[in-house]
Amino acid sequence: MSERYEIRFSGSGGQGLILAGVIFAEAATIFDKINAVQSQSYGPEARGGASKSEVIISDKVIDFPKAQAIDLQLSLTQESCSKYYKDIKPDGTLLVDEDFVREIPKGTFKVIKMPIIRTASEEIGKAFVANIVAIGAITALTGKVRLESVEKAVLSRVPKGTEEMNKKALRAGYDMAKARMN
Amino acid sequence: MGTLKLLQGNEACAEGALYAGCTFFAGYPITPSTEVAEYMSRRLPQIGGAFLQMEDEIAAMAAVIGGSLAGAKTLTATSGPGFSLKQENLGFGMLCEVPCVVIDVMRGGPSTGVPTGPSQSDIMQCRWGTHGDHPVICLTPGYVQEIFSETVRAFNLAEKYRTPVIVAFDEIVGHMREKIEIPDKGVIPIENRRRPTCSPAEYKPFDETKGDVPPVADFFSGYRQHITGLNHASDGFPVNASPRIHTDELRLMRKVEANKKDIIRYEEYLLEDAEVAVFAYGVSGRSGKNAVEQARAAGIKAGLFRPLTIWPFPEEEVAALAARVKAIVVPELSLGQIIYEVERCAKGKCKVVGIYRVDGDPINPTQILDKIKEVK
Repeated sequence: MSERYEIRFSGSGGQGLILAGVIFAEAATIFDKINAVQSQSYGPEARGGASKSEVIISDKVIDFPKAQAIDLQLSLTQESCSKYYKDIKPDGTLLVDEDFVREIPKGTFKVIKMPIIRTASEEIGKAFVANIVAIGAITALTGKVRLESVEKAVLSRVPKGTEEMNKKALRAGYDMAKARMN
Repeated sequence: MGTLKLLQGNEACAEGALYAGCTFFAGYPITPSTEVAEYMSRRLPQIGGAFLQMEDEIAAMAAVIGGSLAGAKTLTATSGPGFSLKQENLGFGMLCEVPCVVIDVMRGGPSTGVPTGPSQSDIMQCRWGTHGDHPVICLTPGYVQEIFSETVRAFNLAEKYRTPVIVAFDEIVGHMREKIEIPDKGVIPIENRRRPTCSPAEYKPFDETKGDVPPVADFFSGYRQHITGLNHASDGFPVNASPRIHTDELRLMRKVEANKKDIIRYEEYLLEDAEVAVFAYGVSGRSGKNAVEQARAAGIKAGLFRPLTIWPFPEEEVAALAARVKAIVVPELSLGQIIYEVERCAKGKCKVVGIYRVDGDPINPTQILDKIKEVK
């Protein structure tokens, strides 16, 4: 593994992006036994506004906990994409929700478009699992954490009774990203 | 082997309190400290403890003092605006020598400021927020594991020295999640306050003949207690006469001052041959460590002094450091507060330069590295 790998989950407050970061970090640290830190940044409003959660994965101790040169950024809204894309590495990846991010910022980074929220609402039946669909896609795109570990982390953090739906959402995101990568 | 968990700093703080034997929390929720209260509200009822959400921060501080006087280990958690409100009762706790722990998760200020942004601008309030001469113990962890262990230590120091102890950290380390190991019970020694062994008839709650930290009985245990915010005699009743006020004030300060070796803790990183030192705590300490590593990689002899105890201030250590380096760089999330202490101790023996930031983002390693290069 490279020394430091930075992932940013961005979107609107209320989309579950902080939870997405927590789940990913838990999969890395507790189930895959690698170093990770998760941090977040949000405004005083409970819903709306641009919100972000960051996960840094490294084979060394992580001192500075915030992202500086992002390997992969997820953006579920136009506002969060436009506000945060500048930290993406020149050879990094920008993963966007294709229905909600229409203006793709210019840069040398790779852009991957997926119907993340549509998949959650139409294929799974609940828009609020979009964050889990996104985690599935990121698991495939980064290859940093094992899918089984991510699934365990998802199941340890979601409400009882929603396990099957969340497993399906994770798998849908994972498969969609795998299809895009081929 | 203890239990491995991915925890937020605030959650680790609550776990530390429980590990230390805390059974009572009173507070009033405020970002970015609320998760401490949330966690305690879930856990305390499970272990037979009690959680009280009070009407405000003033009442919460009073409840924590009351709970401690009844014999419990008690905790409250707040942030800048709430910490301001607690100051009067905090002073009461210090004069009345009530062990308890106050968590201040620092956010931008003054006033309501930036609720969700990190800050280190309460650090002088931790020292001088309440009026009058008073002893202060304030710990400044920077990692989630450290928030756990330093919260345990805060309870231990509170019990040992019979005084409120503050743990101050910034929003970033309060909210960030890292893997931590919660040690099995018994791995970290736990202190309990000295209680009287004499008969109730002989007991005095502030009996200086029993040492600088007199034993204290629990309320309702059959020993007569009298607690007042007025300067008091050995029996706890008000006194307005020399020399008692003077000698008792000196004893209060001496409890902490004479035990600095026991209380002060810090990390020294690559300082042996350093020409430039970074003095930083909390999230700035984390940036500092990264900057020092980058400086070393560039061939610059840099090192880090990271205080875990900010009050009492590590005066002797900073003075010794100033005598052997060219410069000390002090990054802090304020417009310059702890740098005055560093300057005071450096006594002009080396350059002392600050890096300040108050825009809601942490000082990044590059900013510190640039300053190291500038002063080397």
